[in-house]
Amino acid sequence: MTQNKRSIKLFDPALVGTAIGQSFTKLNPWLMIKNPVMFTVEIGTIIMLVVSLYQLFTGDNSQGALWYNITIFFILLLTVLFANFAEALAEARGKAQAESLRKTREDTPAKKINAGTSGMNDYKTVASSLLRKGDFFICEPGDIIPMDGEIVEGIATIDESAITGESAPVIRESGGDKSSVTGGTKVLSDRIKVKVTTEPGESFLDKMIALVEGASRQKTPNEIALTILLAAFTLIFIIVCVTLKPFADYANTPITIAAFISLFVCLIPTTIGGLLSAIGIAGMDRALRANVIAKSGKAVETAGDIDVLLLDKTGTITIGNRKATNFYPANGIDKTAFIDACTLSSLADHTPEGKSIVELAGANAVNFNTTNAIFIDFTAETRSSGVDLADGRRIRKGAFDSIKNIVTKAGNSFPEETAESVKAISSNGGTPLVVSQNEKILGVIELQDIIKPGIQERFERLRKMGVKTVMVTGDNPLTAKFIAEKAGVDDFIAEAKPEDKMNYIRREQESGKLVAMMGDGTNDAPALAQADVGVAMNSGTAAAKEAGNMVDLDNDPTKLIEIVEIGKQLLITRGTLTTFSIANDVAKYFAIVPALFIASIPALQSLNIMGLYSPESAILAAVIFNAIIIPMLIPLALKGVAYKPIGASALLRRNLLIYGVGGVIVPFIGIKLIDMLLGLFM
Amino acid sequence: MNSEILGTILIFLATLLLAYPLGKYIAKVFEGEKNITNFLNPVERFFFRICGINPNESMNWKQFLKAMLTINMLWLVYAFFALIFQDKLPLNPDGNPGQTPDLAFNTAISFLVNCNLQHYSGESGLTYFTQLFVITFLQFVSAATGIAMLVGLLNAFKEKTTQNLGNFWNYFVKSITRILLPLSIVVAIILAFNGTPTSFDGKDTIITLQGDTVQVARGPAAGMIAIKQLGTNGGGWFGVNSSHPLENPNYITNAVETISILLIPIALVFALGFYLNKRKLAKVIFGVMTFLFVIFCAINIYYETKGNPAIDKLGIAQTAGSMEGKEVRLGAAATALWSVATTSTSNGSVNGMHDSLTPLSGGVVLLDMMINALYGGVGVGILNYFIFIIIAVFISGLMVGRTPEFMGHKVEAREVKIAALITLLSAFLIKGFTALAAYMVAHHPDIAWQVKPGAWLNNPSYHGFSEMLYEFTSANANNGSGFEGLGDNNVFWNVTTGIVLLMGRFLPIIAPIAIAGILAKKKFIPESPGTLRTDSGTFGVMTLAVILILTALSYLPALALGPIAEFFSL
Repeated sequence: MTQNKRSIKLFDPALVGTAIGQSFTKLNPWLMIKNPVMFTVEIGTIIMLVVSLYQLFTGDNSQGALWYNITIFFILLLTVLFANFAEALAEARGKAQAESLRKTREDTPAKKINAGTSGMNDYKTVASSLLRKGDFFICEPGDIIPMDGEIVEGIATIDESAITGESAPVIRESGGDKSSVTGGTKVLSDRIKVKVTTEPGESFLDKMIALVEGASRQKTPNEIALTILLAAFTLIFIIVCVTLKPFADYANTPITIAAFISLFVCLIPTTIGGLLSAIGIAGMDRALRANVIAKSGKAVETAGDIDVLLLDKTGTITIGNRKATNFYPANGIDKTAFIDACTLSSLADHTPEGKSIVELAGANAVNFNTTNAIFIDFTAETRSSGVDLADGRRIRKGAFDSIKNIVTKAGNSFPEETAESVKAISSNGGTPLVVSQNEKILGVIELQDIIKPGIQERFERLRKMGVKTVMVTGDNPLTAKFIAEKAGVDDFIAEAKPEDKMNYIRREQESGKLVAMMGDGTNDAPALAQADVGVAMNSGTAAAKEAGNMVDLDNDPTKLIEIVEIGKQLLITRGTLTTFSIANDVAKYFAIVPALFIASIPALQSLNIMGLYSPESAILAAVIFNAIIIPMLIPLALKGVAYKPIGASALLRRNLLIYGVGGVIVPFIGIKLIDMLLGLFM
Repeated sequence: MNSEILGTILIFLATLLLAYPLGKYIAKVFEGEKNITNFLNPVERFFFRICGINPNESMNWKQFLKAMLTINMLWLVYAFFALIFQDKLPLNPDGNPGQTPDLAFNTAISFLVNCNLQHYSGESGLTYFTQLFVITFLQFVSAATGIAMLVGLLNAFKEKTTQNLGNFWNYFVKSITRILLPLSIVVAIILAFNGTPTSFDGKDTIITLQGDTVQVARGPAAGMIAIKQLGTNGGGWFGVNSSHPLENPNYITNAVETISILLIPIALVFALGFYLNKRKLAKVIFGVMTFLFVIFCAINIYYETKGNPAIDKLGIAQTAGSMEGKEVRLGAAATALWSVATTSTSNGSVNGMHDSLTPLSGGVVLLDMMINALYGGVGVGILNYFIFIIIAVFISGLMVGRTPEFMGHKVEAREVKIAALITLLSAFLIKGFTALAAYMVAHHPDIAWQVKPGAWLNNPSYHGFSEMLYEFTSANANNGSGFEGLGDNNVFWNVTTGIVLLMGRFLPIIAPIAIAGILAKKKFIPESPGTLRTDSGTFGVMTLAVILILTALSYLPALALGPIAEFFSL
């Protein structure tokens, strides 16, 4: 996988440095208030600071020893800093990713075509930042493309490694679905004229940078709901701590401010509260590292909920393109003549299928006289292409029904044996290409698909995740069915026209499902916009990229599978850390509650099941554990909890066991160990 | 001793055997399917006609709640004034006085909200008129309100996407005519034949063996006691509730009354399965509730039959178990079962004094009321459980990597917010008011109130703390049992518990109905292999964990200062 090239070490020293600095900047209460859980910890920290200072100047020891209060203050401060550090580190990593992309597009010279001229030679070199939407520029071999745009003239090989990390050059040409170029990539050969499609600062990359820098990061719906739940937990513990004061008064037990605040900070879900935004940022960052630019965090999250996945057959399920494998002439037609006709009709056909026909025929184009021939291009409407030769021959090749249509319209019959070959080819997963000459059938060409190795396993994995896969193909239903079965997809749309995709998506959405699709062409734009998750290929048209909510820089159609996993991972990481955080409270109660009351109610010593050294050491141990668990979980928060497609119930059982039961047990051990250490000094 | 424990097991098994068919029947009643009480159709039609109600009119969740709240307010006003002026009303053979306004406020609310916290004693605090037309009346309608709200909640999940929760009036009337009345008649007859009074005569006078002259209160009690048990009301005819020999004469009536406590709450869980056609879901809910219920019973039976360790230390044998505050004719085990049953279901009737339970049993009944969803009050128990489900669904949905959904509807920020607020509410009410009471006792014991805070508590220290905690926990859970030993008939307790009662009743009804209404409006998402099934054992364990952890986290410090401290001190 290409993303390895861009992986950053988890605790890269430079990033850690920036993050530490940021941790202090983020102490600003106006920034903290966005995170209610950590904000209350900050308030607790300030109170402890005031208590310590008051004691320092007055020498009033009614609130416990000075060293003890100052220690609590520092541990609380560390707790807040750790949480800030987690967020800052996630941001710094995201920024570093974005920065490496941004470097590629710092002011490069652009050969801007002077307004009002249409040629490719009248240009002036300007800074790329001066290019505006709608301007044209040209690029020659060795040039860095200055801005996102669409090729309007020419064809070129382009090195996109700066963005995708993939060193093999790609071909981009005007018209069609591979006309888009990205700023920062390098032209290797040929000359192209490009129309600028974005304003400076609004390209996908710029948007992405803004997102990871946090400026425009919006909380996702699940994140909001979780924040509410965590705020409610925090409020419950405020109630617990506030009411404890009169309870203690009733029981004649003095409780120090330090003990109150320690109890409160330990109980509120600081672990998840401190890591929550880091998890969200890391999710976007993981998407970026998979070479996917998500337009919002919500899109990544939605990807985890996807029920239906629409995949184009070509390139996703099958390797590249179909190849001609056989010629079947109709009865009474000479095989050589048939092959010649096939070749003639394919000479101007630059589709991979057309080329493969010429290849299979082994013909040399020079031997054919095509002067004055008129080539007819394939269109989605006629679903056939061909050639009108100067000698009056009209050769057509195309889908079975479209050629049949032509033939029968002219009053000719469709030969039985050809119809049978068509059927035989289709049911074998091949694509029949029927060839006619002057509205008479010549025969059939068999095209075969090659299914990508390993694709079945991927679909099986998706099925276990609960995602239904749908193959979209222009093939006839028989062929489509054969390939669908062989590849293991759940459903297929055969003879698909662009609106079929759209209708399918609508239908699924009406029944309440979330649909994802991948597309590149302008044709796909409406469907990409309609889908809940629309992933546009970076090579696709500007319209497609605008319509989707993610862009895949690798142009890899199977990328959706990774995106779904990233989305799920994001939710799982939040869920499991919440569970862990709350389960921790059980042990903390057993540490702190006996410590609070032991002086006046010796009987509660029986609750001190950990056998902690002293009330002070017990409280310190709990607060220290509470603080250090945050940095210890940063790697998990940033990497994400692994997703295993083993079914929802099994997954819940697994995570409940690891993070729920584990969350109950770990702090018992941790607090006891810290207490033993503290016992050595106290 | 063994036969006592066997007795409790048999009572519980008999309850389950009766609850299952009853659940099936209840589902049929509300689905409008043919059933054995269809002969009552004309009666109901008559009621609807004179009230101008169209029982088929559909209501959305807001209309549904509005109907419920309006009629409840009306009852509250009526009950309040009837109690104040009861001395001027008929059927008062013993010449009992009218209630003070603060006591009437507390009593009216208490019975309206199905709680039946009694700060008075039935023999002297009420007349036969108010016993029948205020107390018994409210015991029927408050239970029927609970059942009707549950049916509304279920309707939200019966259709894929709907705004219609059904008709409140229809469910309300049918809850009374088809469920509460018939069952009450059966139970009342059994009680009457076993010696519970059913007479309009005033007090009787007897001369005891010692030669003292004793006044014995009587009244038309059997019918009221039946609905008190069946409707998870709990407010007894006599002050000491079902430990009174006329309210609960013998082991048979005790068994019948125990079954009556649990019968409808358990049957409603089964009814949920039949009504929604989701029996597996009902089984999982029943499993979680029963699991905790049985554990609680086991703890209480163990500690009550074992006896009080302080008495053991004196070298006195306690072969019958801890008998302080218990009835010899019933035994320690039967009281232990009753104590858990009555606190699980928000019933609140007692057949022994909870004040005298051994510390850990006292802790269990407190915890039971703090959870308040193990079967729970009629109808509202499942509403409470629903809130736990929503929180469990949310956390576990995240844990499996999917936006959480329940019954095909996405659970989002708004629903989580409402559920979180309700979780918060009980912690706030119970702990907040207990803290207020503790503060008054600690800092202003001699303030010039009618009853000084210093004189509230009959017991010092931890037990006194438990008494206050119990009172507010019971009020919030709409349970109604008291730890007693608390001077609670005064302005402070009447008003504070009154407020807690109202909030602890209506907010936890409004919230689940609102959540259900909002969810039901959302697009229905068909189940896929990635959907987390809420009718699986795993999810049951998850809900159990949420219930235990939420309750433990909210209340552990309070429990530590009360029953736990007492337990370790003995």
